[in-house]
Amino acid sequence: MDGYNFAYLDEQTKRMIHRALLKAVAIPGYQVPFGGREMPMPYGWGTGGVQLTASILGADDILKVIDQGADDTTNAVSIRHFFQRVAGVETTTATTAADVIQTRHRIPETPLRAGQILVFQVPIPEPLRFIEPSEQETRLMHALEEYGVMHVKLYEDIARYGHIATTYAYPVKVDGRYVMDPSPIPKFDNPKLDGNPALMLFGAGREKRLYAIPPYTPVESLDFEDHPFEIQRWEHSCALCGSDRSYLDEVITDDKGGRMFVCSDTDYCQTRRGDVA
Amino acid sequence: MYVAVKGGEQAIASAHRWLADRRRGDRDRPELEVDQIGDQLRLAVDRVMSEASLYDPELAALAFKQASGDLTEAVFLLRAYRTTLPRLAVSEPLDTASMRIERRISATYKDIPGGQILGPTYDYTHRLLDFLQLAGAEVPPAETRDDVTDAEPCPQILELLNDEGLVEQEIDDGSEPTDITRDPPDYPMDRAARLQMLARGDEGYLLALGYSTQRGYGRNHPFAGEIRLGQVEVEIHVDEWDETICVGEIALSECQMINQFGGSREAAPQFTRGYGLAFGHNERKTMAMALVDRALRAEELDEPIIGPAQQAEFVLAHADSVDAAGFVSHLKLPHYVDFQSELDLLRRLRREHAARQAELDSARDTASPQPKER
Repeated sequence: MDGYNFAYLDEQTKRMIHRALLKAVAIPGYQVPFGGREMPMPYGWGTGGVQLTASILGADDILKVIDQGADDTTNAVSIRHFFQRVAGVETTTATTAADVIQTRHRIPETPLRAGQILVFQVPIPEPLRFIEPSEQETRLMHALEEYGVMHVKLYEDIARYGHIATTYAYPVKVDGRYVMDPSPIPKFDNPKLDGNPALMLFGAGREKRLYAIPPYTPVESLDFEDHPFEIQRWEHSCALCGSDRSYLDEVITDDKGGRMFVCSDTDYCQTRRGDVA
Repeated sequence: MYVAVKGGEQAIASAHRWLADRRRGDRDRPELEVDQIGDQLRLAVDRVMSEASLYDPELAALAFKQASGDLTEAVFLLRAYRTTLPRLAVSEPLDTASMRIERRISATYKDIPGGQILGPTYDYTHRLLDFLQLAGAEVPPAETRDDVTDAEPCPQILELLNDEGLVEQEIDDGSEPTDITRDPPDYPMDRAARLQMLARGDEGYLLALGYSTQRGYGRNHPFAGEIRLGQVEVEIHVDEWDETICVGEIALSECQMINQFGGSREAAPQFTRGYGLAFGHNERKTMAMALVDRALRAEELDEPIIGPAQQAEFVLAHADSVDAAGFVSHLKLPHYVDFQSELDLLRRLRREHAARQAELDSARDTASPQPKER
C-alpha cells in the first residue's frame, strides 16, 4: 500500500519488536515490556497480535487469521484484510497451509507442526492482575516466584463452588518457572500448549507486553493433587461434522429453547465434512 | 438447518458504506470543509491535537470530520496516523516564558507585570443560548489596539515568588526524559513521564480526578498561579550549525498551580507546584492536569495517599482514551467461546446445587413429621 512500509510497521519498530521477541523466547513465559505502537484498529481488538504478526511476516508467508476458532468472524475478516492490504501476503483458512496463524481465544484443533507460528491476541497479560492490581507488585511477585496467591485463589473456588471456577484464561506454568496467562482461550485448549512443536507468541498491545512459548516447551495448567486439571466435555457431538473431540459452540436455533452444538473451529469442521472452502 | 455464519466480509463493507453516507448527510447542503472546522470549531481541533499528541490543525480537523464529530474517535484516528511518522528531530525545550500571549491570568495577584489579559474566553459569558446565531446573525469583528507591542515582558508569575524562595524551584537536571510513545510504561514512573501521560490523557477523566482532589480525596489547596495561552516558537538544533533554528510556532495552554506548603525539619516550608500543558486552547484540561500532577506527587512530598487521584498506577494506566475506548469497545467482539465455557460451568454448578437441594429436601421429609393441618 502506498505511503506505508511492508506490513504497516516501519523497520525500526519491527527491529524493536524482534529484540523483545528474542528475549521472550529465551525466557519462556516471561512478560517482556515493549514499545507498543498505536495501530489503526482499536486497542482490545488485537493490536498486540497484529504488531507481532506485522513484525514477523515475510513476503512469502501464508497467513491465517481466526477469532473464536473461525476464519469468518468479523474481526478475523478485518485483520486478514488489513494484512492483505498492507503486506499483500497470501492468506488461507487451512490450518495446515498457514505459516503464521493469528488467533483470538482459540488454538486450532488440527495439530500444529514445527515451523508454524501461532500469534495470540492478549487483553490482560498479567495472570496475577485480578489478585494484585499493581504492576509494581506483580513484577516483584514473578521475580520472586511468589505464586502462592494464585493457588489460594483456585482453592477458594473449590471451597466455594466445589470446582475451580476458571474456565478460560486458565493460568499455566511455563517450563517450571513463570506463571503465564494463556490469553482467554478456553481451558479446553490448555493441553495443546504443552510441548507444542509450533512457536507460540503472545502480544498485548494496550499493556505493551509480549511473551512466548518456544516449541516443545513443557506447559502445565495449575491444579491440585486432589483436584486435577480437567477440560470441558460435551454430551453432544458436532451437529455438522460429528466430531466428539472438538470444542463446541452452542447455537440457539429458535425461540423455543432449540439449540445445536457445532465446532468452533470452522476449518477443522469443514475439512472433516470434506467441503474445504 | 443452521449454516455456519458467513458474510462477515460483506457486512463490514456495507456497514462502512452506510457510515460514509450518514457522515455526508443531506446532499442538498454543502459538504463541511476541513478548513471550516479548523476555523470555526477550533476548540474541538485543539482537544483532538492534544490527546492525539500531534500538532497538526489540518489533520486534526480532518479526523474530527471523518469521525462525524466524535472526539474520542478523532483522537484515535490522529494518534494512529502519528505513530507511522518518522522522527526527524527533537526540539529544544519550549520556553513558555517567551510566549506571544493571547490570554494570561493569575488568581493569586490582582495586578501583575505584563497585566491580566482575558483573551478570547468563555469565562464570564452568560450561558444563554444565542438564538440570533440560529438566524445567522453577522458577528462584528473584535477590536484591536495598536499601542500594545509584542515586546512587553510577561514574566512567569511563579518566578516572581521564586525570588523570595516562597515556591519550590523546578530544576532541569539535564537528564533525557523518557518518551512514553517509544518506551513501555515502567512503574513507578518519574514526573516527566507522568506529565507526558497526563498531557495526552482524556480531558473528562482528568477533570473528574482533579475535581475529586478539590472535594477532599487528596486535597492539596490549589491556587491558579498563572494560566497563559499563546504562540510559542519551536526550535531545533541542526548539526553543523551554531545556533538553534526556529521551525515554526505552536499554540499552547499552560497552567501553573500553586499548592500547599511542603517542608521538613531540613527544608523550610514552601509553596509546591502542579503543572499542566496542552496544545492549542485547552485551558480546562491544563487546570485538571495541574491538579492531578500535584496529587501524584503525594509520595514524593511525603503526604498520605488517601484519594484515587494520588494513586499513580491507577491514574496513569487509565488516562488514555485510545486505550480505554479500545478495551471497552472490544466487548462488542464475539466472545462465544469463553461464554460457552462459563455457560458450561454454570449449568454444572446449578445441577449440583439442585441435586444437593433434593438430597436436603428428602432428608428433611423423612426426618421431620408432616406439619399438622389446621
